[in-house]
Amino acid sequence: MSEMKPRTLFEKVWDQHLVASPAGEPSLLYIDLHLVHEVTSPQAFDGLRMAGRKLRRPDRTVATVDHNVPTSSVQDRLVIADQIASRQIDALRRNCAEFGVELYDVQSREQGIVHIIGPELGLTKPGMTIVCGDSHTSTHGAFGALAFGIGTSEVEHVMATQTLPQDKPKTLRITVDGELPYGVTAKDIVLHIIGEIGTAGATGHVVEYAGSAIRALSMEGRMTICNMSIEAGARAGMIAPDSVTYSYLMGRRFSPQGAAWDEAVAHWSSLATDDGAAFDRELVIDAATLTPTVTWGTSPGMVTGIESTVPLPDPNASEADRKGFERALEYMDLKPGTPMEEIAIDRVFIGSCTNARIEDLRAAAALIQGYKVATTVRAMVVPGSQSVKAQAEAEGLDVVFKTAGFDWREPGCSMCLGMNPDILAPGERCASTSNRNFEGRQGRGGRTHLVSPVMAAAAAIAGHFTDVRKWEFKGGAGR
Amino acid sequence: MIAINELTSIAAPLDISNIDTDQIIPKQFLKRIERTGYGEFLFFDWRRIQEGPDTGKPDTSFALNDPSYTGAKILIAGKNFGCGSSREHAAWALTDFGFLAVIAPSFADIFFSNAGKNGMILVRLSEEDVNLLTHRSQKNPQHKITINLEAQTVTDDEGFSGTFEIDPFRKYCLLNGLDDIGLTLRHEAALDAFETKHDGEFWSSPRVTA
Repeated sequence: MSEMKPRTLFEKVWDQHLVASPAGEPSLLYIDLHLVHEVTSPQAFDGLRMAGRKLRRPDRTVATVDHNVPTSSVQDRLVIADQIASRQIDALRRNCAEFGVELYDVQSREQGIVHIIGPELGLTKPGMTIVCGDSHTSTHGAFGALAFGIGTSEVEHVMATQTLPQDKPKTLRITVDGELPYGVTAKDIVLHIIGEIGTAGATGHVVEYAGSAIRALSMEGRMTICNMSIEAGARAGMIAPDSVTYSYLMGRRFSPQGAAWDEAVAHWSSLATDDGAAFDRELVIDAATLTPTVTWGTSPGMVTGIESTVPLPDPNASEADRKGFERALEYMDLKPGTPMEEIAIDRVFIGSCTNARIEDLRAAAALIQGYKVATTVRAMVVPGSQSVKAQAEAEGLDVVFKTAGFDWREPGCSMCLGMNPDILAPGERCASTSNRNFEGRQGRGGRTHLVSPVMAAAAAIAGHFTDVRKWEFKGGAGR
Repeated sequence: MIAINELTSIAAPLDISNIDTDQIIPKQFLKRIERTGYGEFLFFDWRRIQEGPDTGKPDTSFALNDPSYTGAKILIAGKNFGCGSSREHAAWALTDFGFLAVIAPSFADIFFSNAGKNGMILVRLSEEDVNLLTHRSQKNPQHKITINLEAQTVTDDEGFSGTFEIDPFRKYCLLNGLDDIGLTLRHEAALDAFETKHDGEFWSSPRVTA
């Protein structure tokens, strides 16, 4: 056997998908799975039609509707009042029919947010290359896939060639070792990382998350972390597949079965980063130091611990950074030094491709059992998919949420980006389990604070941010 | 894609870091199915007063509403420009508005790629140089900047001279206005061969059938 140079998880997946490596040009990377949704695809399908090109591999292409669909009621989804949104969804239906792409439409039992249904159906598997015209495609990296978001020109490129020209990214390993303290979740890990390295901290890199705290996470938690890799600027986030991954995948609709399963596990197990493989950068985090984390500003890197305050300006910051800091405080209507626990909220959103999986809903439901949503707060839960919704209803979680005063809705991207009727009013302050707190992201003038599902649930009850580590569970289903 | 080499223009200064694609083109304009016509929605919220009795009226303090910058083909911005969502609508809105180049200390990955596909020149200069050019354009809206792609230089009419790095292949594509799909199809034989082998590796298939 020849001596192979030790390789990282990313390098192995990259090497296995190289179609061509022309000198002086980007490499041509084969794409195993292309996920499509209504917002970033119509111009790509049009491009194919105009050039007289075919969609090369409909069998490697899957579509759903998520960004635009109303979440208020089944009826509202069948006849969409917003004519422009309706036209875009109709365009996807026509395009999928014309080009032979399977579409999980609104009435499908498998419809949901694209990054939630891929894993649920077993379409997402370790060692694959996965792209989608959506930056949160990094979610699928939780399975050890190389998954990243692309623009519409690239969507068209993948449709026509099933490949993408790509410059090889650099690698960054973030090792989170130790045991997560009580009340601290995967969301807090990733918010902490973004706070530490900044929203451009991983630009040009593929991040591999490693360490005992990552290993101890469920697939849901791992997906939350990989999902927000893009918020640190990363091209993708990845976690090596292990027994947790295999348990999740076993028996899924499109997972291998029988002898093929064993063969698949053998292949997947060969993907982990070799001992001695080199990363361009390394970062080590001690899990024991983490606390429940809240964003205070208008960028996902503007974070602080729940026990802390809105930060004071950094005297050493550059002019542009100082302006950004002041602008964020003004937009958020906050003053430096204000304790986070004193910030009152108007809305709560539990949902999105970051935190709308069954584990997220279970954790939030356990916390609110026996409590009522504060009279000053409007709270909603938007399951990530029809499957999540059905599972939650089978477990009675919908009843827990509704009894507490939460609005229980139909699956979709909803208020994560407010392309649908779910938006904040100007000035409203929201505790949100989503991924972006940009100005106007959840509605013009809306103020978003990113938190974990349990922190959002606790804020809904208390009417202000509150430390979940001090929470008194009433339902007996605590922790 | 239209080939581009040299560009001389006045520049609109936006000295803000981390300008995200949600600001460049807010979500409500992503529902359209066309590729053109996004320019009028560029920085939609920042161009309008957000609070008080004048809500919705043009915010005259915003550079893009200042008539002295009308016709600017160059935008100067803070670091990490174009972060956030993958929406190519951001690049479409900038080009449709008339911007052919952005000068900033750094750009987010997906936006960087999207801009290239739409023939935009993205110029990375040091934070110090970006600040200098920003101040000159703020002080004098008629301040003209010249970007030469072939020579990889940025100069202005007040004596500034700098160089920038660009990937040679990206430069070649911009200079020649090349279409990516056409370039990839030069490798069609390699693609066919790879695909035949790869299709046999069942673990790569999204739908594994028993």
